[in-house]
Amino acid sequence: MIKFPGIRRFSKMLAISMLAVAPSISHAAQAPSRVGTFTLGNGLQVVVIPDHRAPVVTHMVWYKVGGADEPKGVSGIAHFLEHLMFKSTEKIPVGEFSKIVAKLGGQDNAFTGHDATAYFQRVSKDKLPTMMEMEADRMVNLRLTEKEVLTERNVILEERRSRVENNPAAILNEQMDAALYLSHPYGIPIIGWEHEIAKLSREDALNYYKFFYAPNNAIVIISGDVTVEEVRPLAEATYGKLVANPAVGATRVRPQEPPPRAARRVALEDPRAGKASLHRDYIAPSYVTATPGEAEALDLMGKILAEGATSRLYKKLVVEDKVASSAGGSYEGSGLDSGKISLYAIAADGVDLGKVEASMDAAIAEIRANGVTDAELQRSKNSNIAAYTYESDNQMTLARRYGWSLSLGRSIEQIENWPDAIAKVSAEDVKKAAARYLDVRGSVTGTLTPSEAAVQAQAPAKTRS
Amino acid sequence: MTMRHLCRTLARLGPAFRNVGLRFDVAALAAAFAFITVASTGPANAMKIQTIKSPGGIEAWLVEEHSVPLMALRYSFEGGNAQDPAGKEGLANFMTAMMDEGAGDLDSAAYQEKMEELSFRMSFDDTRDAFYGSFETLTTNRADTLAMLKLAINQPRFDKDAVDRIRAQLQANLAYAARDPEKTAFKEWFATAFAGHAYGRPSSGTEASLAAITRDDLEAYRKANFGKNNLKVVAVGDITAEELGKLLDDVFGALPEKSQLQPVDMTAPIKGGKEQLVEMAVPQAVAVFGLGAMPRKDPDFMAAFLINQIVGGGGFASSLMEEVREKRGLAYSVYSFIQPYHHASIFTGGVATKAEAIDQSLDVIKSELKRMADNGPTQDQFDNAKKYLVGSYALRFDTNAKIASQLLALFEDGFGPEYVDQRNAQIEAITMDDAKRVAKRLLANPDLIITVVGPKPDPAKKAAVAPVVQKPAAAKSAPAEAPL
Repeated sequence: MIKFPGIRRFSKMLAISMLAVAPSISHAAQAPSRVGTFTLGNGLQVVVIPDHRAPVVTHMVWYKVGGADEPKGVSGIAHFLEHLMFKSTEKIPVGEFSKIVAKLGGQDNAFTGHDATAYFQRVSKDKLPTMMEMEADRMVNLRLTEKEVLTERNVILEERRSRVENNPAAILNEQMDAALYLSHPYGIPIIGWEHEIAKLSREDALNYYKFFYAPNNAIVIISGDVTVEEVRPLAEATYGKLVANPAVGATRVRPQEPPPRAARRVALEDPRAGKASLHRDYIAPSYVTATPGEAEALDLMGKILAEGATSRLYKKLVVEDKVASSAGGSYEGSGLDSGKISLYAIAADGVDLGKVEASMDAAIAEIRANGVTDAELQRSKNSNIAAYTYESDNQMTLARRYGWSLSLGRSIEQIENWPDAIAKVSAEDVKKAAARYLDVRGSVTGTLTPSEAAVQAQAPAKTRS
Repeated sequence: MTMRHLCRTLARLGPAFRNVGLRFDVAALAAAFAFITVASTGPANAMKIQTIKSPGGIEAWLVEEHSVPLMALRYSFEGGNAQDPAGKEGLANFMTAMMDEGAGDLDSAAYQEKMEELSFRMSFDDTRDAFYGSFETLTTNRADTLAMLKLAINQPRFDKDAVDRIRAQLQANLAYAARDPEKTAFKEWFATAFAGHAYGRPSSGTEASLAAITRDDLEAYRKANFGKNNLKVVAVGDITAEELGKLLDDVFGALPEKSQLQPVDMTAPIKGGKEQLVEMAVPQAVAVFGLGAMPRKDPDFMAAFLINQIVGGGGFASSLMEEVREKRGLAYSVYSFIQPYHHASIFTGGVATKAEAIDQSLDVIKSELKRMADNGPTQDQFDNAKKYLVGSYALRFDTNAKIASQLLALFEDGFGPEYVDQRNAQIEAITMDDAKRVAKRLLANPDLIITVVGPKPDPAKKAAVAPVVQKPAAAKSAPAEAPL
């Protein structure tokens, strides 16, 4: 089978799969956790995930703040600030942060989600103290000039053009999220609406920074060739010296969704659409908001219904009905306030999207009414649990797994018990989850169709004047 | 598939990633005797690379790592999509999608259900020079999963319904790619640079070539390209040398001794330079630029690799990042890479800028390339890039999967396991004189080929662009992961 780069929609957040890829190697034996943690006096939690195979470490700082915490009308400020965090402090000259990391043979980057923002470096273990010192420094000492802010704002606008404006599937995705969430800020794109990005200011960034960036609103994750004993004194000497901001932390209150009442539809016609495609998103609970076992059931249901060539959707739409050239989807359960079930199908040549939708609806009705087979459930469990084990090969993935979940307030125990929780789900649980959450009233359906006046690339390239 | 690896994809990790990941093609022959161990302190803690020969004579590299009950296998058949017959462009790529669509007695659905039951991971990829396989299994059911791999490689079914289904998917992919400015820019750049050579043909095919591909073509590709003499295998993880020897004979032992590859001429990008515009109604124009570079075994190659690092390579510290993004805010992503294919080498890069300012980005890039050719790097650039390349080498060896990919690339390029220990010394040995000379050799020529995909220029809308800021600002780019 193949993947569909053209149609895959941006997931809400890159760490979306973290919860879904979770157990450890020790699943069968239920060995004690190899992860160590402690909390500094100023409230900063430190988590150490030892992996001694290579003399390198991944150092990440997670802030419990993201796009969904932005004030109204200032969309994109969380992500903009993330870029600006690479400017300067009293100790780090302008533009030197990443260069210092590179000179030390390290790689660095950062990313922003709706619920968390993270910064990381991958370095040889002897460079870890320097990284901790640098991250602790910019947690409270960031300096910004007007000029830097304006230039970086242009970079963000280019980023938005690359990710969204140049890609009709991404435009549709934004419109669908905006229609799906009636009140919750998950309806606003993390990168921000273009017209709001264009007005973001130095003051907006600094206000956001001063409130949210504090040790008691952060978690430090270090995975790789280190031990808790090695890390503790380093953390105390760096992060430990920072002062907490008592105003931040405790609870994160965002506007909540009203009960869903009516199915919504959005239609995008675009000359760049490629093939016609159908998309359907349902609001569902996340691991944080679900009742025990419900999110696990949704993960298994999502796999059975929509993931890969063995899925119900693929078999029905592509193999049996032949109305789509491809079909798929997934459950995303990593949000603080909500999860989402996303489905898609690309129409086969000459097939009307109405027919595609009828087939998709039939597959959904079937799983809601009759649930899943024991064989499907077992395969889905195997895949999910094996994925957790495979992911354990990668210290960066492990750091993200723990960082993302802990940022949402989940515990190390919950993260590591995930494979067991998956194993406990019954076919009845899956059926219940399908019946409850594949409810069209809590959904948005999106269509992406090529418009007649297709203005796509002409094959022979012209010589430029 | 070439594009996906070749150019940095906008690391589709989420809508708000600060930066973009740069991936390269994994880039052929090491002889050794059975179970000779080349000890290597290596970048990993006590990583020992063994070169083994199976009882049946198949060679492989092995790193044993028993702390995690997993094994990663990476292997390649030299040939790749440069072997696609004329009129059947996209055949190798088609094959990559057919390898899990049924084998032996198992049809597509049965095979894929079994994959899930047994929880192994198997995927395939094609580049211009090779057909790649990737396989990961848990130790507990390794015997069963290897039987599945053996089936896929030796007895793929290529059933008609599966072939037709995959064809429709590949054609849909083409339709999307045709409207993706970056993919279009790379495709057209290669078509121009390598006109008349296999490297210039569309590696994902055309609607017509995909329509023409039959079951027989797939089987013919498999028979011609899957041979023991063009096979390289690397295993990393929870497996011993003896077990690997058995595995090799079991999975690959029935393949023909010799592949039947069509000869591919050595070539180079066209000379004389060219700038072209492919019209597409997008708000942001995407440009790909590049020219020929030195081959992998050229004595100047490592210096050229260093120059690329300084100009537009990984990390946020490149001069293109500095000039285009940090000082001028003209782009989110600007990068370069050096790619030694087997039959040609290229130095290539890309940038994406709002349509009305793309010429300004290209002017900045051209002047940076010229400055590097004329003056070479500054002492700071030179020192910093060396420190980065040396210091970051270990980061390529921190997972089983990454170790396997790195070693396979070395194996394919004709290096021995000792390369891993010698590589940093090669970087350290580059002198400033080397760097200056090679910068000139690489960049001082009028042969730059530029392909822009974007709207027809509107003279009324020309660039009201932000002025250059005075102070330098943080550079942001992607880690170059060429297996070098």
